[in-house]
Amino acid sequence: MFSYTFHWNQALKALPQMLDGALITLQVALLSMVIGLALALALTACRLSGNRVLGGIATTWVEIARNTPALFQIYMAHFGLGNFGIHLSPYTALLVGIAFNNAGYLAENFRGALKAIPDTQTRAGRSLGMTPVQAFRYIVLPQMLRVAFLPATNQMVWAILMTSLGVTVGMNSDLAGVTQELNARSFRTFEFFALAAVIYYVIAKAVTLAARVLASRMFRY
Amino acid sequence: MIEIQNVRKSFGSLEVLKGIDLTVEKGEVVTVIGGSGSGKSTLLTCINGLEPIDAGRIMVDGTEVHAKTTDLNKLRRKVGIVFQQWNAFPHLTVLENVMLAPRKVLGLSKDKAEEIAVKQLTHVGLGEKLSVYPTRMSGGQQQRMAIARALAMSPEYMLFDEVTSALDPQLVGEVLDTLRMLASEGTTMICVTHEMKFAREVSDRVAFFHKGVMAEIAPPEALFGAPKDPELQKFLAATH
Repeated sequence: MFSYTFHWNQALKALPQMLDGALITLQVALLSMVIGLALALALTACRLSGNRVLGGIATTWVEIARNTPALFQIYMAHFGLGNFGIHLSPYTALLVGIAFNNAGYLAENFRGALKAIPDTQTRAGRSLGMTPVQAFRYIVLPQMLRVAFLPATNQMVWAILMTSLGVTVGMNSDLAGVTQELNARSFRTFEFFALAAVIYYVIAKAVTLAARVLASRMFRY
Repeated sequence: MIEIQNVRKSFGSLEVLKGIDLTVEKGEVVTVIGGSGSGKSTLLTCINGLEPIDAGRIMVDGTEVHAKTTDLNKLRRKVGIVFQQWNAFPHLTVLENVMLAPRKVLGLSKDKAEEIAVKQLTHVGLGEKLSVYPTRMSGGQQQRMAIARALAMSPEYMLFDEVTSALDPQLVGEVLDTLRMLASEGTTMICVTHEMKFAREVSDRVAFFHKGVMAEIAPPEALFGAPKDPELQKFLAATH
């Protein structure tokens, strides 16, 4: 049963190629976060607008994003939209799928953060003569960012890991894609995927640590 | 001058103000006493337009607070309010808490706003706490900061809504001392309070509220010394 001989050298030789893939992984994750954040802000605004149509669309988005597999969301972006004649490359489909997922989770995160800031804070600002916009901008928003920051970091880590689902739509340039191709050629599955896992782990940890350092500098209270 | 004329206000089916009339002159200190739910705090939040009213009118220096054409943001620069819960802005230092509104609302320069903030904070005894975050301070200190924050807007009238009610007993004194100081400086104030001794000392007039009605109003010697309203007599007997 344990007659398998490890061939780590073969995997290590492919390390530069895998690190190139890791850069693509990071790129997709970062872009998906930027797009996701912008969409989440828009979704939050829709939910707060009091408009039933806008609110309904936003809530449906959040519900689907949070309660269906991320794999399906990426599949839909590639093959699902393909049925309607919208053909997205694996890269774009992966980006769209993850951004969709990010937006849903982040919108919910924003909503929670907004609820965490008591109305009396706005009231205190208004009583000093601030307009509603000023009270939001200078009093509520900065406090909201603090509440939302660490959960948003988790979403960033989750986005990095989700990129690996790209292989299912033919993505071959990111870390998972590169690893899969190397595996297909060598069948050194354990070695290649273990090395890839280490790289994912290091990236995820680095993001978490960087976020913590950033948070301690930004939020000193 | 603040003129309150026949003001009525309901929350749902509960009428909390049943036709209040009260005029407060410049430089006057009026305290409002009464049991919980008597409508006294509601009246304060109506004066600076944080709450709408159902009938009557409130005039501040001739401007009708609840008129549609009134710029409430502008009016509130004139009428400062401090709440029972001090509502410190936790993400800002003590100095920044006080500087924020002068900068953003009055559009003062950073230096000018800082000068005013330092002056007001020193005035309330917090000159040593400028760079501290409010959550690191006691409730009494936070409440004094909230007072400085309101004063930094140079309001012409100050409203104090039970500002000592949420404080630990040993911290009440320092906040009352601050209010006494303001009163002695001629600040026009309306204070809703449960501190009878304080009301007796600082007030030009004391108003007693009962179930949404101003049952009695008189100078402190008369109101405390010879109360006429039977509900006031009961109230004073219970609080002494």
